[in-house]
Amino acid sequence: MKLVIGIVRPEKANDVLEALYRAEVRGFSISRVQGHGGELDRVETYRGTTVKMGLSEKVRFEIAVSDSFVQPAIDALCEGARTDEVGDGKIFVVPLERVVRIRTGETDDLAVTPVAKS
Amino acid sequence: MSVLTLAQAAEVNAGDTAWMLAATALVLLMTPALGLFYAGLVRSKNTLNTFMMSVAALAVVTIAWALVGYSLAFDEGTGFVGGLGHTFLNDVGFVPRDGTTIPHLLFMAFQATFCILTTALVSGAVVERMRFGPFLVFAGLWSVCVYAVLAHWAFGGGWLQANGTLDFAGGVPVEMGSGFSALAAALVVGARKDYGRQAFLPHNAVFVLVGAGLLWFGWFGFNGGSGFSTGNASVLAFTNTLLTPACALMTWFVLDLVRGRQVTAIGAATAIIVGCVGITPAAGFVSPIWAMVLGVVAALPSYAVIVLRPRTRVDETLDVLAAHGIAGFTGILFIGFFAQADWNGLSDGLIYGNAAQLADQAVAAVAAPAYAFAATYALLRLIGRFTPLRATEREEALGMDIVQHGEEAYATGEGAILVAPDSGTDARAGAGAR
Repeated sequence: MKLVIGIVRPEKANDVLEALYRAEVRGFSISRVQGHGGELDRVETYRGTTVKMGLSEKVRFEIAVSDSFVQPAIDALCEGARTDEVGDGKIFVVPLERVVRIRTGETDDLAVTPVAKS
Repeated sequence: MSVLTLAQAAEVNAGDTAWMLAATALVLLMTPALGLFYAGLVRSKNTLNTFMMSVAALAVVTIAWALVGYSLAFDEGTGFVGGLGHTFLNDVGFVPRDGTTIPHLLFMAFQATFCILTTALVSGAVVERMRFGPFLVFAGLWSVCVYAVLAHWAFGGGWLQANGTLDFAGGVPVEMGSGFSALAAALVVGARKDYGRQAFLPHNAVFVLVGAGLLWFGWFGFNGGSGFSTGNASVLAFTNTLLTPACALMTWFVLDLVRGRQVTAIGAATAIIVGCVGITPAAGFVSPIWAMVLGVVAALPSYAVIVLRPRTRVDETLDVLAAHGIAGFTGILFIGFFAQADWNGLSDGLIYGNAAQLADQAVAAVAAPAYAFAATYALLRLIGRFTPLRATEREEALGMDIVQHGEEAYATGEGAILVAPDSGTDARAGAGAR
């Protein structure tokens, strides 16, 4: 059981969603974050004030999966988010100690396996 | 100066002039109102670019109109296009134009606001992907090559007007002109990259409603001013501008209820526009009761096109064709049936025994869309030979605000580092390449 965290470009978030869907990874959450990953700064100008935008908008995927789904989830993130330019993002895989599905009390692998559609 | 002194016979009327000064300002407000309406309908990353296309029309089109557009529209010339006698506002002074009682200069300014708005309307077809530079070129050329020509046909003594086509405030040049040009523009520029694959949702429905409200407000100057006086025709047009959109709005509520069981806000905003557009050509020609009927009639085909268009491959993004082209078409034909000489003092329509009027209207309803579509298609193809019309896929994904203007509509300012003024150019040179 791992938590796969992928930080990707917001404009590639939809491509990642599609890739995850194709890889049958169904359970995840996303949030908008700001960060900096070594890409060149963006310069914007507001009424004569020029600013360097040090932080870029990113979208963070958090995907809790059983071990067999770790690689498919990573592949989907890479496939969907890659543009080959600096700033495509990172993937972090961290171990998960416990998972509980609130509705049923199921734990661990059972809890991260999506409910079969009835 | 000789022309100015010769025409001294025409008198300036103070009341008419006062109203037309106000009406001109009202119509000018419609362009930023349209910018707001359009900006609310796009995704947040394209807010500024979408609004700026309307702002661009304020700049480019006003200049083009003063230099040549006004002359091509309103100078005597051939039936197809006006002459060059008023280029650079030559002979446009305080002496009224024939048939009006307001200073010629004011007449020119009033007509300019129509041209600006109409050009801004066309931008709705190409938002979220067309590059800003080519759009500026397109806006200037379109206002001269398409709007001025159609305005000459309908208002400036051109062949439609000579033929007897009735068009009170611009069903031909403004509504059908923008609507069918928008269709051509959408076809040439092409669909957004994920069109038909992803849902594109309006990012701020409140902008859309406020924009529609301000457009309706401005439309009282648009239609009410198109009689160029404070006379009966203007009062009729002004009042009809209240009645028709109200009926279109109510009809839209019913259509929404029947189709989706809920009355939608963006649908309501659209209905206001459709009603205003429908009454535009007919405003001074039909009785108030028929104007109310027009509100119902105009809603139906426009609603149908708005429902059906997204099922096609044509990404006419903000439905300019449905809201303006189709509603303008309906309004122009409606005059042919229901014009009433008792109210307009000019001509009856079919149901009052004058079938010829319907024929005159039908000619306009075919000729204007055909010219607008063909000329816009050719113009954009021509510009596209010199420069790419649209942004790259990557730029489209990033959003046109950052790519085209280097600004964001909803910047948080978090992580923004102030660049010292003296090093500003260096930073731009370094990062601008991205």
